[in-house]
Amino acid sequence: MGRSTTAKEAEALVQSLRSAYSATPTNLKIIDFYIAFAVVTALIQVVYMAIVGSFPFNSFLSGLLSCVGTAVLAVCLRIQVNKENKEFKDLPPERAFADFVLCNLVLHLVIMNFLG
Amino acid sequence: MALEDTQEKAVRHAFGNVLSLFVLLLIGVFAFSIRLFSVIKYESVIHEFDPYFNYRVTQYLTKNGVYDFWNWFDDRTWYPLGRVIGGTVYPGLTLTAGTIWWILNFFNIPLSVETVCVFTAPIFSAFASWAAYLLTKEVKGVGAGLTAAALLAMVPSYISRSVAGSYDNEAVAIFALIFTFYLYVKTLNTGSLFYATLNALAYFYMVCSWGGYTFIINLIPMHVLLCIITGRYSSRLYIAYAPLVVLGTLLAALVPVVGFNAVMTSEHFASFLVFIIIHVVALAYYIKGILTPKMFKVAVTLVVSVGMIVCVAVLAILIAVVASSPTKGWSGRSLSLLDPTYASKYIPIIASVSEHQPPTWPSYFMDINVLAFLVPAGIIACFFPLSDASSFAVLYIVTSVYFSGVMVRLMLVLAPAACIMSGIALSEAFDVFGRSIKLQFPIGNQTDDVNAGNSSQVSTNNSVKQESEKTENTLKERPVKKSKKKEKEKEKEKEKSESTSITKQIEKKLLILPFEASLVAIVLLVLLGSFYVVHSVWAAAEAYSAPSIVLTSRSHDGLHVFDDFREAYAWLRHNTDVDDKVASWWDYGYQTTAMANRTVIVDNNTWNNTHIATVGTAMSSPEKAAWDIFNSLDVKYVLVVFGGLVGYPSDDINKFLWMVRIGGGVFPHIKEPDYLRDGQYRIDSQATPTMLNCLMYKLSYYRFVETDGRGFDRVRHTEIGKKYFKLTHFEEVFTTHHWMVRIYKLKPAKNRIRGQTKKSKSKTSTGKNNQKRGTRATKKNPYP
Repeated sequence: MGRSTTAKEAEALVQSLRSAYSATPTNLKIIDFYIAFAVVTALIQVVYMAIVGSFPFNSFLSGLLSCVGTAVLAVCLRIQVNKENKEFKDLPPERAFADFVLCNLVLHLVIMNFLG
Repeated sequence: MALEDTQEKAVRHAFGNVLSLFVLLLIGVFAFSIRLFSVIKYESVIHEFDPYFNYRVTQYLTKNGVYDFWNWFDDRTWYPLGRVIGGTVYPGLTLTAGTIWWILNFFNIPLSVETVCVFTAPIFSAFASWAAYLLTKEVKGVGAGLTAAALLAMVPSYISRSVAGSYDNEAVAIFALIFTFYLYVKTLNTGSLFYATLNALAYFYMVCSWGGYTFIINLIPMHVLLCIITGRYSSRLYIAYAPLVVLGTLLAALVPVVGFNAVMTSEHFASFLVFIIIHVVALAYYIKGILTPKMFKVAVTLVVSVGMIVCVAVLAILIAVVASSPTKGWSGRSLSLLDPTYASKYIPIIASVSEHQPPTWPSYFMDINVLAFLVPAGIIACFFPLSDASSFAVLYIVTSVYFSGVMVRLMLVLAPAACIMSGIALSEAFDVFGRSIKLQFPIGNQTDDVNAGNSSQVSTNNSVKQESEKTENTLKERPVKKSKKKEKEKEKEKEKSESTSITKQIEKKLLILPFEASLVAIVLLVLLGSFYVVHSVWAAAEAYSAPSIVLTSRSHDGLHVFDDFREAYAWLRHNTDVDDKVASWWDYGYQTTAMANRTVIVDNNTWNNTHIATVGTAMSSPEKAAWDIFNSLDVKYVLVVFGGLVGYPSDDINKFLWMVRIGGGVFPHIKEPDYLRDGQYRIDSQATPTMLNCLMYKLSYYRFVETDGRGFDRVRHTEIGKKYFKLTHFEEVFTTHHWMVRIYKLKPAKNRIRGQTKKSKSKTSTGKNNQKRGTRATKKNPYP
């Protein structure tokens, strides 16, 4: 009894999540896709490290942290661009994107230096 | 009317801005000048011990360029091990001074490297005051900012580590610390990714400069956690924290000293843990935003049950990994901060550094003076109203008070926090008192019904309108913008609410104190401030300006200058070969390599405990054993510091107990009870024979009886035990003018004569008898 109700609840939850998510505007969905891509890349790198070993540890770290870093920055961009977010309603999205590009530049400069 | 108002407002804003800029400039000049006492009283010279190492590294950098500096392996110290300078030094300070020197030389201003090094600290203390202004402005407002900057410019604790000549890491690190905190709070307040990037870069500069960067990378996660727990999570918090962790870890790993420690040591784990936590919280808020409340409850129950199992599993793995290392992943120095008794039990070297001792209560009053009283008032003021920034300030002061109680050196981290809090407190106090005086001052005030009592029922609409007209009457440090906004708020509030009864919210209260009381209070506060200024200037001039390489004393026949250290190093520099090795206690290593330019065995870096223990054992052993040890290390000269003739208390005999303890920690044949009589180290006639025969005693007191006939030691206040003795394995080559530094040379090994089987070294005092065959008469030492 309990299991079926939880299963039904889980189904209902997933349904409502899906319907709520499909209501988000397209540009936010693009950013979400980019975030998912970055996280998947990071996971692939971790699995690869587990298989092959972490010898040039700085390369592993820089690869992993570049994926995680760009995902985090994309999340920040999404927060700032999201129209429903009251705190950022007078921030023009161009400015948010410019900040995103700048931070990514700094991040990848450091990554390239650390890659070794 | 409105146009006039806005014009007036603009003019007032402009005037206020220009005034604050002028005050800031004055504060910067003041911060710079108060640190120049040592240059005026003595000369422009580098102080103490550690700055000499930094100075030598800067010299190398300016002479050979960045690449050579980055890859430098120094073979003139820790002989025969050497030291990888590029990988073990925090490069921020030297790179900063090197850059300043390079820029100045590029514009053909020929300042020497030494001058740049000496004046780096005062310049950066001016910058630190401006950074404190910016930080406090973010927390409270312009008035508090100016007050905090003025307080920081002269707080004695900061002055002690940043006088002109104290060329040490803290000189730039405190500026980097405050600036990083300012950028963090600014990002928190504005939510701008641009400031988050700048924050990460400032954090990088802090990691380059000082090992105390771990304070930042633990305080900020603590604050984020605090905000999450108290329900103040917002997307600005995420933007302030998450990019900092990723970029900050990467940038910290770039610095060779930190390297992979940035991800492997426990000091950084807090930031990763909170990184995960903030992502979970962010996801939770996001889902809460897009689901209906009912569905969200379902989600919560599902997720919590599943997530809890996963969390426990991950945590168990993590704890197993961390617990498998003996120190649980922390370095010795950090562990001694959390457990103050750790160092004295396990690592005597850390326990022996005088800066690592806990401070005494009077040192709090000496170092932050009046601020000690104002800090609690500031903490309370931060709660009215509580914002993210003010909660950060409160957390900063609380943690720095704890850490300053563990180690006296960390009073330096307490100083900016205390100044910020006191600035807030003073500014709020002046606000209230100024407002009270302004509203009750009998000039042009038509309404006399302003309550003279201590109440909040005051300020009817009439008086509020009066306030808005009385605009010329502003005190100097009043935040002009802020007061106008507050008055406008009050107007709206009064029009909305009917009753003027005491309201619950603090913002609606307009506290007016009696006129005389506020006048007296302002006078008293100004008096308090003047006490602080007088004390700070006195501390800077008298207590913290000693270069400790030159000593002075006043006596009835004038001022005596003791320049013995430089005399000894100059002698070494001019009278020995370039490749000669000098052995001394580790305190003098940096100075010897920098000023005498000779290779040393151990220096202040104290990274190799066994090597220091070797030198300590040699100093505690009898002459022959010490000669053997030093000969095995290729040592040519031994240097001891002796204060008995002039009463200089920081000499090697007073440090002898650490030589015994550290040496005994590694070489068990050195037993501390052998040197103690009734639990005390003595050098008079009651001293133990081991003490009277050890190398340190002999090298310090050799021929000392010739000075006054009875060998009276002015530091220990007794006559020495063994007065007449000869040195068999060492010969004295130089003693400075006041006998403060004594240099001895190792006598070469005696030649072995063919056909004789006797040992080539003479009889030792441990009583081993030589087998003598042949016709050589025994040379007996008549002065045992």
